[in-house]
Amino acid sequence: MNDKVDVLIIGSGASGAAVAWSLADTKMRILCLEQGDWVKPTDYPSNGRDWEARLFSDFAINPNRRARETDYPINDANSQIKVVNFNGVGGSTIMYTAHYPRLHPSDFKVKTLDGVADDWPIDYQTLEPFFAENDRMTGVSGLAGDPAYPAKQPPMPPIPLGKSGQRFGKAMNNLGWHWWPSDTSIATVDYEGRGRCLNLGHCTPGCAQGAKASTDITYWPLALRAGVELRTRARVREITVDNNGMATGVVYYDADGKEQFQAAEMVIVACNGVGTPRLMLNSQSGKFPNGIANSSGLVGKNLMFHPYAFTYGYVDEPLDGNHGPPLCLWSHEFYETDKARDFVRGYIFQFGRGMGSIVEAINSTAAGRLPWGEDHHKVYRGLLNHRIYLAGICEDLPEEHNRVTLDPVLKDSDGIPAPKIDYTLGDNSRKMLEHAHSRAEEILKEAGAHTVFREHVPNSGWHLLGTARMGTDAERSVVNEWGRCHDVKNLFIVDGSIWVTSGGVNPTSTIQALALYIADAIKQRLSNATLFE
Amino acid sequence: MQTTLTDAEARDLRALVAQMIPASTTYKVPGADDDLIFTDILRSLERDTDDVRAALKHLATMSGGSFAGLPADRRAEVAATFKDQGGAPLFALNRVVLLCYYRDDRVMRSLGQEPRSPFPKGHVVEQGDWSLLDPVKKRAPIYRKVP
Ligand SMILES: Cc1cc2nc3c(=O)[nH]c(=O)nc-3n(C[C@H](O)[C@H](O)[C@H](O)COP(=O)(O)OP(=O)(O)OC[C@H]3O[C@@H](n4cnc5c(N)ncnc54)[C@H](O)[C@@H]3O)c2cc1C
Ligand code: SF4
Repeated sequence: MNDKVDVLIIGSGASGAAVAWSLADTKMRILCLEQGDWVKPTDYPSNGRDWEARLFSDFAINPNRRARETDYPINDANSQIKVVNFNGVGGSTIMYTAHYPRLHPSDFKVKTLDGVADDWPIDYQTLEPFFAENDRMTGVSGLAGDPAYPAKQPPMPPIPLGKSGQRFGKAMNNLGWHWWPSDTSIATVDYEGRGRCLNLGHCTPGCAQGAKASTDITYWPLALRAGVELRTRARVREITVDNNGMATGVVYYDADGKEQFQAAEMVIVACNGVGTPRLMLNSQSGKFPNGIANSSGLVGKNLMFHPYAFTYGYVDEPLDGNHGPPLCLWSHEFYETDKARDFVRGYIFQFGRGMGSIVEAINSTAAGRLPWGEDHHKVYRGLLNHRIYLAGICEDLPEEHNRVTLDPVLKDSDGIPAPKIDYTLGDNSRKMLEHAHSRAEEILKEAGAHTVFREHVPNSGWHLLGTARMGTDAERSVVNEWGRCHDVKNLFIVDGSIWVTSGGVNPTSTIQALALYIADAIKQRLSNATLFE
Repeated sequence: MQTTLTDAEARDLRALVAQMIPASTTYKVPGADDDLIFTDILRSLERDTDDVRAALKHLATMSGGSFAGLPADRRAEVAATFKDQGGAPLFALNRVVLLCYYRDDRVMRSLGQEPRSPFPKGHVVEQGDWSLLDPVKKRAPIYRKVP
């Protein structure tokens, strides 16, 4: 029997780590259960000669391919976009590419401004102090003065432009379109005990140098030092409730596959936009036969990705290849709604450098560019290090038919039902993708690309949002405006599930700012004893 | 699941990879059927073994038994057809071949790349000309004001 804790957090990723650190100063007994392991810096692929190959095995971004013991399978057959993630301490930040924009002020008011979806019950200004705190804790590099945002001050200088960045910068200037060095969660100078980026160029499957801010090396060391306990290899099956509909704790499987019960005064879910609805739908009881806190029927619904307009080209001159962090610039030129277009809302472009030698070869073979036989070598030499790319991160509108449910057959290694994804691209997203691809082709041509290609990337479900949305109306949302479930007054959600709309930027900066904001709301209500009212 | 290939499968695979990436004197690189590279390929089939075996079965059927046993010109013909018809299993096979070929020291050197892991030495990326940003700095805010 485990001792009861005050706060039980499920999931140690971007949001779980932030909330754990923020609550630590309350001196409550805080425990985080995480199904995965710690990853050691020496485990990362960039330590070895097989660094690129491991992207296709134990560091594959798709959990079905990676298939570690600590992963859970996902039935993605009925989704054009496949879910990618990482399960371990740090969650998906272990594998993220560290592109770190914030949502814009307009993203919180889409109904008011554009008559679609819903407004958020909070706004940019409410989150502003938490964005700043998170930037400092995470260690963000960038450049102040971007006209695409209200004033902000990234604590470190931006990552280098390199050859590809300069090419893109010139092209954007010629076209008269906005561009700016991206905010990235990569240390460009030594920062809080972390070494600066060495331009290994292989950020996605983990940074051996520790320059990329995954939460195992940012929030977690501080949270642990402040007394938070983190239990790994603890996979939660369900959240339990009492007759009053209050959460009592969780049932989980430990490293030996043994069932355990952990009692708690309050539970915070941070399992991401797929893991969270899966856990909630698995938490069925007499009180909640359709899953915990699901009286609205919205748990699992309104799944949003960011449809990804990946577009690339080849230039004559060799560029940076895969050296340096891949995502170095952004453009917000097409972010805000323009009534002259045939869609609402918008997207950012993220500009990338090239690919490693193996990924270039595999990708170009798949696209039919790289032949077999004598010509292989000649053609390949015209491709490697000659690629530049950019991608539109398109806002996805919430649609209830896009959803996470429980698969009736598929289970993880502990026998817990796995998630099933049903997702089709909406009409607005399709038009936006077309727009983004076309603008990207113009940019690439202006940047000197002699050939350009657009590509659907199936494994682009890295942003998992909307499946337990926030709102003030209990019939139209799962959590209230400070992250507490309408139906269960000691159950909170802090991950990407609570997003009302997706915006058109990579979400992690905002996910973490939201987690800090919710932690702050919890602390305020603890101090005046209104937390569970 | 059988984790290693039979001798016949390995022979066919070696003959196929020689068609895919032949040695080149122009670029001073070995072919994918080179001893070291081919050993690496066999060792790296891992989670793609089933697909590779399925692809080789298809290839053997197209070859009337043994792809490696065909005369050279016929091998080239069958390989060309197989490239179009091999589907997902061939894609998996091709991927293993490429990820072993493009980490071989000789191949890396021929491409002007240092044959080493990225960490700990890293790479150098030039800062670039930040004055390129000057016109953007002059722009008025482009984010939408909210009520
Ligand atoms: C390849 C890739 C590239 C990305 N690039 C970017 C980028 O450049 N910029 C950006 O902003 N975002 C990026 N992302 C997305 C980013 O990683 C996520 O937005 C962020 O990590 C989500 O935070 P989270 O707290 O919601 O969930 P996660 O960080 O995914 O954490 C969830 C944690 O919960 C654990 N968990 C789940 N279920 C259970 C259970 N039942 N019991 C116990 N533990 C459980 C998981 O193991 C995991 O550790 C990328 C993601 C990937 C995979
Ligand atoms: S490029 Fe920088 S951040 Fe990316 S893996 Fe290398 S050292 Fe880490």
